[in-house]
Amino acid sequence: MLRAESVRKSFGAHEVLKGVSLQVSEGEVVCLIGASGSGKSTLLRCLNLLEQVDDGDIWFDDREITDPRIDVDDVRRQIGIVFQAYNLFPHLSVEQNIVLGPVRSRGESREAAHSRALTLLDRVGLAGRAGAYPDALSGGQQQRVALVRAIAMQPRLLLLDEITSALDPMLIGEVLDVIRDLRREGMTIVMATHEMPFAREVADRILFMADGQVVESGPPEQLFTAPRDPRTAEFLARHRG
Amino acid sequence: MTPSERQLERERYRRHRARNRGAVAVVSTLVVLGGLVFLVAQSPGWPRVRETYFNVGDARAVLPDVAKAFWLNIRLFLVAEVFILVVAVTVAIIRVVPAPALAPIKLLATIYTDVFRGTPTILVVFLIGFGVPALGLAGLPTSLFWLGVIALTLSYGAYVAEVLRAGILSVHPTQWASGRALGLSYGQTMRHVILPQAVRRVAPPLLNDFVSLQKDTALLSTIGLVEALRVAQVDSGRTFAFTGYVVAAAFFIVATIPLARFTDYLTVRSLRRENGI
Repeated sequence: MLRAESVRKSFGAHEVLKGVSLQVSEGEVVCLIGASGSGKSTLLRCLNLLEQVDDGDIWFDDREITDPRIDVDDVRRQIGIVFQAYNLFPHLSVEQNIVLGPVRSRGESREAAHSRALTLLDRVGLAGRAGAYPDALSGGQQQRVALVRAIAMQPRLLLLDEITSALDPMLIGEVLDVIRDLRREGMTIVMATHEMPFAREVADRILFMADGQVVESGPPEQLFTAPRDPRTAEFLARHRG
Repeated sequence: MTPSERQLERERYRRHRARNRGAVAVVSTLVVLGGLVFLVAQSPGWPRVRETYFNVGDARAVLPDVAKAFWLNIRLFLVAEVFILVVAVTVAIIRVVPAPALAPIKLLATIYTDVFRGTPTILVVFLIGFGVPALGLAGLPTSLFWLGVIALTLSYGAYVAEVLRAGILSVHPTQWASGRALGLSYGQTMRHVILPQAVRRVAPPLLNDFVSLQKDTALLSTIGLVEALRVAQVDSGRTFAFTGYVVAAAFFIVATIPLARFTDYLTVRSLRRENGI
């Protein structure tokens, strides 16, 4: 479904991605792990075309989306992203946050978008908060709304950028539950995360990144129990605590 | 549930303290204001000043004329405000859009804000009010009302555009990213995500500019529009006193107060909404 080949990206003199390749098939959950600054977020932003790659190709289905002639809005309608800092629209209520994309970008009717928003909010346990404004919600609630906002676009691929990193441990669980649900429904997900036990539980495949490169990838059991690269082993040892 | 004895005691104390503070505020206000009034009334020239500036008979005589003329100020203000907003939003957006194709228009927009922000409004009023009709071109407006509106729009459009631009630039880039990530186009993100937040942020300085605009409608008296200040001027020529000006000033003050309270109301409402209070 998604294929990235030798993606490079620099910010000024700093090369963040040094030729990263990645493949994701339909229904697969891929977790990106690695230290902060290893390029996980930048890779996700490149996949969603929020950052322009300096070199390399990204293919979505049979379309090369790194082609500058492509309709980026159409690509983004199919590839949703959720950010670490939620980034909800503070001037809009929860419900308005959710229906903005479906109505304006997908051209859905207000009624259809509205009723799906309420269904999705109900599923993440926020049925009563449709009229609330983001700042009145806890971090965990905001992040669940952000997830719903992305899912309401009915994307084929969902990118999650360390979406629990800004939450305290009590609130992480409620967000992870939503991801478990999505996985059960067959959503294709690429997520950057620091939650190792969770990655091990939900991932079909794990990519360990360091210094702008994919060092090692494989099924969670193999990668966690028998890492091939010494850098992977060192990172995992540190994260087991 | 009945509050505990301690809680009742705390509330009694708080009420008591609030009453005390209220009393202090009232007394100190009376002392300061009373002192000022006393000082002014005691001054040797006060009878003359009262006669010239605060003559009740003169005020009564000029009031209907000033009131009628002030309606023109209001109309000028309301019409100019609409045009100013249109010009300002357009110019602000042109200046922030990163489209290379727009480069010549962006340059024009920059020159426009630089020139009209730097030129005294009264000069713009002269230039438009006397210059445009002097061109003698067919199709250009000759009505003083519209010339006045154009002059105010040109001058204030530049100010308000800069205020709005600052507002747009102050919205965090992650808001752009979230909007675009939902597949919204640049224009849609601007319209539904960025502009509403920008306008809310700059509402107080924006309203400040509009209060100033309300007063600057008086500048149009210089090109011959018979608005409140002009009527006061004529009256002053008749009575050899300034009560007419004071009456006109009172109209301007009274007209700006609702605008100021409206700003306060908007600010409080959006704060309340977004903070869920």
